[in-house]
Amino acid sequence: MKTIRRSIGTTALLAVMMVSMSCKEASKTETVAPMSEELHSEEMDDTMDMAMDDAQDAKAEVILKDYFNLKDALVGDNNEKAKELGASLVKSLIGLDISKYAESQQQELKDIIENATEQAEHISENDIKHQREHFKILSKDITDMVAITGTATKLYEQFCPMYDGGSAWLSMNEEVRNPYYGSSMLKCGKVQREIN
Amino acid sequence: MKIVKFIGWIALISFVVIQFFPVDYNQNEVVPQTDFLLVNKVPAIVEKTLQVSCYDCHSNNTVYPWYNKIQPAAWFLEQHISDAKSELNFSEWDTYSDRKKKSKISSIIKQIESGEMPMESYTILHRAAKLDSVLKGQIINYMKTL
Repeated sequence: MKTIRRSIGTTALLAVMMVSMSCKEASKTETVAPMSEELHSEEMDDTMDMAMDDAQDAKAEVILKDYFNLKDALVGDNNEKAKELGASLVKSLIGLDISKYAESQQQELKDIIENATEQAEHISENDIKHQREHFKILSKDITDMVAITGTATKLYEQFCPMYDGGSAWLSMNEEVRNPYYGSSMLKCGKVQREIN
Repeated sequence: MKIVKFIGWIALISFVVIQFFPVDYNQNEVVPQTDFLLVNKVPAIVEKTLQVSCYDCHSNNTVYPWYNKIQPAAWFLEQHISDAKSELNFSEWDTYSDRKKKSKISSIIKQIESGEMPMESYTILHRAAKLDSVLKGQIINYMKTL
């Protein structure tokens, strides 16, 4: 009897160890998986063609494109899509070539990219409530980035006074579609500034 | 029956063997100049709360629980602490850019407000780290002044 009990005890321990190890493995693959190379390069090509003509920073345009796609996913209450787009945004943010900017701007750009990348990472792995929290911080970063990099597109800075004491975001359309509330308050907000 | 006994022995042996693979402890003699509590004028009560409820995982100094002496628990803890530190490390606060500080503060406030931090899996064993609404309010009010 005693030996059986001991065996059961040790088996349980082994089981715990195995589970613990497989958990660790799983979390590792999860973080790697969304950053599919394919997804990224595909989107990059599209935007490059679009932006080249205007002699803008094509890489900044890719970031903007990913940001707007992410915003649309949040407007559509689509948590999974927003995760994917958060992951591609991580890639495009890292792709920005800071060295071609004036020295005085480089430090700020570096800070912006670092901070924005962290937000995008969180967006790529969290529920929609958290995604929206990080999207607020991200929007500020992207707005500040555009102030330095410029863009070929006309942008609208929009503002919702209700979400988290007032929150802004960028859009390519003048019509307000609220990424912080999605369908529950789709048209809440106003255009507070036009860029370009 | 034989197989149960066999598995039991294997488990027992592996359990003993893994005890010989210790981890590096997250402990440092010196508190760096970049520590949140050194670079900010933090009220004593908030300082204590941060140390008790946050610093075990979000700084370079952990006050370890007894089960840290046992594997695989210690591995878990180490992994958890290193994840937590990459998210927010109060010991390295002043190395963060102003922008990063601002987003961290906003996240700290949200996480404490919603009760997501400190994590339940932590407070269940560290009762003292649990924040009641008064302590929460004190931290949040202070963070809002930064």
